[in-house]
Amino acid sequence: MPLIIKNISKTYGQSQALHNLDLEVGDREFLALLGPSGSGKTTLLRILAGLISPTTGDVSFDGADLLSLSARERRAGMVFQHYALFRHMTVAANIGFGLRVRPRRDRPSAEEIKRRTDELLRLVQLEGYGARYPSQLSGGQRQRVAQARALAIEPRMLLLDEPFGALDAKVRRELRYWLRRLHDETGVTTIFVTHDQEEAMDLADRVAILNGGKIEQVGAPNDIYASPATPFVFDFLGAANEARGLVRDGELHVYDARFPLPGDGSGEVKAFFRPHEVEINPADGRGFMAEVVGVIARGPATRLECRRGDQVMEIDWARGRLPDGVTRGAQVRLAPERFTVFPAGT
Amino acid sequence: MSLAVTSAPRRRNARLLPGFQLSLGFTVIYLSLIVLIPLTALILRPWELGVAGVWDVVTSPRVLAALKLSFGASAIAAAINAVMGLIVAWVLVRMQFPGRRLLDALIDLPFALPTAVAGIALTALYAPNGPIGLWLAEFGIRAAYSPLGVVIALTFVGFPFVVRAVQPVLEDLDSGLEEAAFTLGANSWQRTWMVVLPAIRPALITGVSLAFARAVGEYGSVIFIAGNLPLRTEIAPLLIVVRLEEYDYAGAAAVGLAMLSLSFLILLAVNGFQRLMATPGAGR
Repeated sequence: MPLIIKNISKTYGQSQALHNLDLEVGDREFLALLGPSGSGKTTLLRILAGLISPTTGDVSFDGADLLSLSARERRAGMVFQHYALFRHMTVAANIGFGLRVRPRRDRPSAEEIKRRTDELLRLVQLEGYGARYPSQLSGGQRQRVAQARALAIEPRMLLLDEPFGALDAKVRRELRYWLRRLHDETGVTTIFVTHDQEEAMDLADRVAILNGGKIEQVGAPNDIYASPATPFVFDFLGAANEARGLVRDGELHVYDARFPLPGDGSGEVKAFFRPHEVEINPADGRGFMAEVVGVIARGPATRLECRRGDQVMEIDWARGRLPDGVTRGAQVRLAPERFTVFPAGT
Repeated sequence: MSLAVTSAPRRRNARLLPGFQLSLGFTVIYLSLIVLIPLTALILRPWELGVAGVWDVVTSPRVLAALKLSFGASAIAAAINAVMGLIVAWVLVRMQFPGRRLLDALIDLPFALPTAVAGIALTALYAPNGPIGLWLAEFGIRAAYSPLGVVIALTFVGFPFVVRAVQPVLEDLDSGLEEAAFTLGANSWQRTWMVVLPAIRPALITGVSLAFARAVGEYGSVIFIAGNLPLRTEIAPLLIVVRLEEYDYAGAAAVGLAMLSLSFLILLAVNGFQRLMATPGAGR
């Protein structure tokens, strides 16, 4: 693991943005820092970029202390949420900026800078745009210029702060796959901050989920989705329904129903299930009773709102026509296909 | 009118804001009353002297000297204000220190003070027996009653323009720009010269032109400190007053016309320079 973040804390006056955070990032890895706003993910990224210093803790990169290095020595290419392109410079001048500001002895010649700029323009598919100004580009193009500018300094790591946050959904999706291909091509270790779980799951080799300045879970997207470590992670990775339950003798008791639950352990639990993993049965079928209080057709799926006591649950029915008798006000039985349970105290 | 109504849906530049014609008309009439008509009167007045007469007035040594002093001293004052105003705006925006608000409020005082009061105060300070004048005299520098005094007064009255033009732009500058330059390896000089200054350049040029224009027309504060020796420390606006006192209205208007033309040309050149330097994105 070339990038080792150890015991990092960051305090701003009274509030603590990061709590004793540990994280390791592998060579050529694409890691997503996923979390709600205020979870500390951008703070961590800015510490790595050298824009702020941590209150305590160490960061080492390839065995050397990263925090003691100047920004130039760090070679951390950063892409900002709003790109922070220099408006008074052409696209080519923006990309070449990091080379032009080098001290004279390290500075490539003008021809070399031009050659590298052209190469990067090709890499981000903006050939022929070098003489334009940022304001003459679309949002997606600006994003790619920012990417090329960060790559120009031959970064040892690439830090992306919500790079698609200012783009519309369609462009976001296109750029997402483009970014993944770019990473596979360049192989630069990349840390990517986002609050969009779909984006993180789609793109990253590993996802680190942050909450309140702490890491809740780190792992491959599929592993995290399949076995979330905390209720927060389960909730953050997608729509979730929560019910109180009791585990006894290998069975999960939820309301008036029992479901088999492999594994041992017993006691009160929080049982979570996803809206699209629920079977809807007639009142004499399997599952716990609930009343249908809302039916909303939304594209390929139908969203049902079901009430049990004071708990309202969402069910996404994507298997064609709703079963007979499932209408507003009907009593049905709900049988989640899969539960994820956490001890009641968590 | 009916034609306009039927074709309205296809008009590409349909105006969304109501009252366009009314507001345009108002603007033109207002500008005419306030600016154009008085200036036209000024432009027409001197020609009763005949073209040769006007030329004689404008090229007389005393008028030439006055024009040279007025525009030269204004240019120097504007240049000083460009540098100092930029530094002060920078400090006010970027640094936190006790008394910052007070300092901020002090900037506008040259606007509020009657210029004559400013002139008298400056003269008292810089006169050969004044506190600063005494000190300068040790180095053989004479501030009051010399062209230097003119520059000092003009710097004083033009100072707020640069600060107030630059300050808001600097405040709104995206901090991400400097951060991006930082992560790309630029040192603080490079960040200032290559990133921040180009971003605030239009505001700086605007502030400097305003300071310059104000200085060219300044009268009240200068006449006290300048000494007003013809050919040496007499500014053009004063010369106009002198001519008026001699009942030489056409001659006064001729000097005024010369000032007007020069100012117009200079501001036009600045504008052209701005346009030349402007990048397509600068406005957004």
